[in-house]
Amino acid sequence: MTAETIIQSLASGLLMGLLYGLIAVGLSLIFGLMNIVNFAHGEFLMLSMYGAFFLFAFFAIDPLLSMPLVAAGMFVFGAAIYLLIVRFAMRAKTNVGMVQIFATFGLAIVLRGLAQYFFTPDYRSITNSWLGGKTVSIGGIFLPVPQLVGAALAIAAFGALYVFIKRTDFGRALEATREDAGAVALVGIDQNRVFALGWGLGSALVGLAGAIMATFFYIYPDVGASFALIAYVVVALGGFGSVFGAFAGGILVGLVEATTALVMPPSLKAVGIYAVYLLVVFIRPRGLFGSI
Amino acid sequence: MHDVTHAVRRRRDLIVAAVLIALAACVPLFVKDVYAQNIMVLTLMYAGLSQSWNILGGYCGQISLGHALYFGLGAYVTAILLTKFGVLPWFGMLAGGVISAAIALALGYPTFRLGGHYFAIATIVIAEIAFLLFLNWDWAGAALGIDIMVREDSWAKFQFTRSKLPYFYFALLFAAVAWLVTWWLENSKWGYWWRAVKDNPDAAESLGVVVFKSKMGAGAISAFLTAIGGAFYAMFVSYIDPDAVMSFQFSLLIALPAVLGGIGTLWGPVLGAAVLIPVTELTRSFIGGSGRGVDLIVYGSLIVIVSLMRPDGLLGLFSRKRKVEAAR
Repeated sequence: MTAETIIQSLASGLLMGLLYGLIAVGLSLIFGLMNIVNFAHGEFLMLSMYGAFFLFAFFAIDPLLSMPLVAAGMFVFGAAIYLLIVRFAMRAKTNVGMVQIFATFGLAIVLRGLAQYFFTPDYRSITNSWLGGKTVSIGGIFLPVPQLVGAALAIAAFGALYVFIKRTDFGRALEATREDAGAVALVGIDQNRVFALGWGLGSALVGLAGAIMATFFYIYPDVGASFALIAYVVVALGGFGSVFGAFAGGILVGLVEATTALVMPPSLKAVGIYAVYLLVVFIRPRGLFGSI
Repeated sequence: MHDVTHAVRRRRDLIVAAVLIALAACVPLFVKDVYAQNIMVLTLMYAGLSQSWNILGGYCGQISLGHALYFGLGAYVTAILLTKFGVLPWFGMLAGGVISAAIALALGYPTFRLGGHYFAIATIVIAEIAFLLFLNWDWAGAALGIDIMVREDSWAKFQFTRSKLPYFYFALLFAAVAWLVTWWLENSKWGYWWRAVKDNPDAAESLGVVVFKSKMGAGAISAFLTAIGGAFYAMFVSYIDPDAVMSFQFSLLIALPAVLGGIGTLWGPVLGAAVLIPVTELTRSFIGGSGRGVDLIVYGSLIVIVSLMRPDGLLGLFSRKRKVEAAR
């Protein structure tokens, strides 16, 4: 193992990690807002990937261009899921935690079934997009272009999110609702509306990630499952609800995964991620940046 | 009948259980169809498994989404001991249970300090690590798994070529024992501790309930019983691999009947399994055979609808009184 291979895999790990952060940030946002873990988050990613795939297959729109469309579609979808399902799950008086877990779990299973029914279980891929299959060499290190663009996009999205939360009225309403939903209702902010927009925003973010992922990953009904677990780990590492914890958590997970792949068989690379999760929560049961 | 005392209610539960077990034992005399018998075996097995999960997840309130670990360990220990060392499955089953309980205690030590989602995700992650390790462990068959050769009808080896009946009666026994253990624990010192821990761990601690020890006890009992179910499943299907016994899907399937039927209740897992497993199996064979996912759609919708409409579980439909108790 030369120094070059190590740098090479750490660089790809960093890129992948930024993308993991982008996949996970919507999950963290929603959790921070209303204390709900969306167990269908991986299926949201799967739908976004299919969205980019079909826009490419039927209308020849490159994923790079269809990205805003996918994000917009996921925004509507996420808000609709809140209004149709999650809103009612929150009304439960007993077993509140279980109801939320299993309502979103059930949704995940339905979405997977729908994808199998309408899209068939076949593996799909976008073969000749603008980005797909290209690499660039920077100082002797080869980096795949889709991941590079994805990482840049993730940084941009986190930047935009930061500005959005700090500077806009809706962003402030979002922050205020996280702090104290009851008091927010008293000053005339419609909590339901903030929650619906929060779900929309969180889903739009995973839509961005899905569109870019579609350029270099196979697309199939179960694709969300493996990324979902990584997203939970990212969110938990960063501290549930901490949006910028997800950014740091994503990078950490990407680097750990790359390091594990260096020393263990590739089929075991996820073990490193899971082990780091356990190590962190055993030492700091609230995640790295969690405050609650 | 409006104000039945606690002792009367417990005795009535016991009588109802005895009648149900007797009735269930007679069913195979009338239902000879192998496919139907297969569904009954699975229903009873999941009733027992979910009953075991319910001890930790329902009564003690520690939501484990990683019980596939104990299920898989029970299956693997039994299969490995039988195929590699010729140890009879009865001893393998016991060994699987003891090993699982020991592992539950070892894992409980760090994990039971975690709260809420951190605990649930830790259980998923731990089961997933074990899944990946077994998938790459050549000695234990890796991805190819272990084939348990069935050569003869034998009670000693717990394998039967022609009839499903022995499996049926063992599954019934398993479900009955899991129910009885829960019935007995419900009224024990442990049962009261667990409910106190579930409702308010801090208050429980201040009243002298040993919170940590309570969780450890619940975890060990739950893991032991789950592993017995896994051992049974290995002998029933006579072929195991990591996907077939340790994947995340089993963690869900073990927890779901209790959640659907009524979490933290004595009858919830039985009721949930009696509804969920036949529905799953029937949709799978009638409309899902083409692999087109209709079974998943039906099954997932069922979970969403029940969890939204009946947060207490289906048991809430039966009597108001039980619902009030479940909510308490």
